[in-house]
Amino acid sequence: MISKYEILETNNMIAHENLDVRTITLGISLLDCISGDLEELKANIERKILHTAENLVAVGREIELNYGIPIVNKRISVTPIALVGGAACKKPEDFAEIARTLDKCAKAVGVNFIGGYSALVSKHMTRADELLIRSIPEALSTTDMVCSSVNLGSTRTGINMDAVRLMGEIMRETAYLTRYADSLGCAKLVVFCNAPDDNPFMAGAFHGVTEGDAVINVGVSGPGVVKHALESCRGSNFEILCETIKRTAFKITRVGQLVAREASEKLGVPFGIVDLSLAPTPAVGDSVADILKEIGLDQPGAPGTTAALALLNDQVKKGGVMASSYVGGLSGAFIPVSEDQGMIEAASLGALTIEKLEAMTCVCSVGLDPIAVPGDTSASTLSGIIADEMALGMINQKTTAVRLIPAYGKSVGDTVEFGGLLGRAPVMAVNTFGCERFIRRPGRIPAPIHSFKN
Amino acid sequence: MQKTIITVVGRDTVGIIAKVCTYLADNRINIEDISQTIVQGYFNMIMIVDTNGSDKSTEEIRNELHRIGEEIGVDIHTQHEDIFNMMHRI
Repeated sequence: MISKYEILETNNMIAHENLDVRTITLGISLLDCISGDLEELKANIERKILHTAENLVAVGREIELNYGIPIVNKRISVTPIALVGGAACKKPEDFAEIARTLDKCAKAVGVNFIGGYSALVSKHMTRADELLIRSIPEALSTTDMVCSSVNLGSTRTGINMDAVRLMGEIMRETAYLTRYADSLGCAKLVVFCNAPDDNPFMAGAFHGVTEGDAVINVGVSGPGVVKHALESCRGSNFEILCETIKRTAFKITRVGQLVAREASEKLGVPFGIVDLSLAPTPAVGDSVADILKEIGLDQPGAPGTTAALALLNDQVKKGGVMASSYVGGLSGAFIPVSEDQGMIEAASLGALTIEKLEAMTCVCSVGLDPIAVPGDTSASTLSGIIADEMALGMINQKTTAVRLIPAYGKSVGDTVEFGGLLGRAPVMAVNTFGCERFIRRPGRIPAPIHSFKN
Repeated sequence: MQKTIITVVGRDTVGIIAKVCTYLADNRINIEDISQTIVQGYFNMIMIVDTNGSDKSTEEIRNELHRIGEEIGVDIHTQHEDIFNMMHRI
């Protein structure tokens, strides 16, 4: 029999510590929609998404009520559109039309984001890949729900520097086209190294080609719960600290596993993975930065931050893998500077710099994601930051991401406001020494050697 | 067999248990475990109930109990037991 203490603990986590399931993401393969005719392709896509995701939001709501656990987002990810649209799209504008179809579908089924406006170009770009990438500014400035991602490198292929160079320009253009909304378009655009096929989190979710026809992936959350649990072990040794994080991560993940199982059953769609990420929100008390402070840092960014984050990330995984048979996606602690109240504060105080964030991304998921930088940051500097982060992922065999917002017309000290889950972000200083000659080199950085680990 | 957890939290007043239990009896919902405390004037009750004998759906029971809670000024939550089993049992 369940004890009173256990019931109180769970309900307290939900009511006071922001325990929630961050997202149920329904992955849908669009490979069977492919057609050489753009109009037919758009109609096929619409039919497939509306049919497959018809009950997603209602089922999500039903699970929320049945278990009393909030499910913050219901989302869709689709096959990378560069693959789907290649036969039909002859120019970037054609691809942007598909983006608008996706947007329409997302609004029709009531989800809050649709991801997969993506290209996988870790080695080279096909013509379709390049057309899709060039269409991103238009696609993101003429839609509301569409998220875009581009995989620029991997441990096995190296880094496609031609695409890295192009993405710096694309980010600037997207920022300009959405300048009326603090360059919001860039908050929905992320680049990856080693992008996972089954990530349920936006902006980087897409339905990988290794996936089936449809799949349910669930992202858990719960930084507030971990923070609260750690309040009971102030001054304790590392063993107790780690044990507490592990136990809490286990409980959080079990909720994700339950929701994933239920959603999969009710929708008649196979269960894919639970993503173990500690995903903060702008809400007070739902912050990864607060956990770092509870572990013992005055502010994130202080010396010791990388070690504290490494410890946190590892314990979250250790507790989480025990709770679910299938773990995947990004799985770790997110350190976004716009979606986490504590990180925003640390950046505003000057405790946290881009360079320190870069070091932190070596030990956690996912990357510089998202960060607002001055609007006059050059495309080559953006590409330089991207290349650095891609190199970390490539060499360390991990997923890394970059979501930079070169906020048009803003400089250090200003703030960009996106509202909702995307939050707000202080514009952070960027090293102003150039890297133009490096970025202008054509070609790719070769795949790294996997021996002689140092 | 499906069990449901009902939690009732709010300012203490006369007849909270009576109201809730009357509703459960009227709808043939069997109470298997019940515990109740008052902490600093706040009423706190947890019930484990079996709804299998009831004609009403889980959703109806949840909504109706919620309405009763609003009438007497307390929060009544109805949850499937699995969320607690999953979190606290391996």
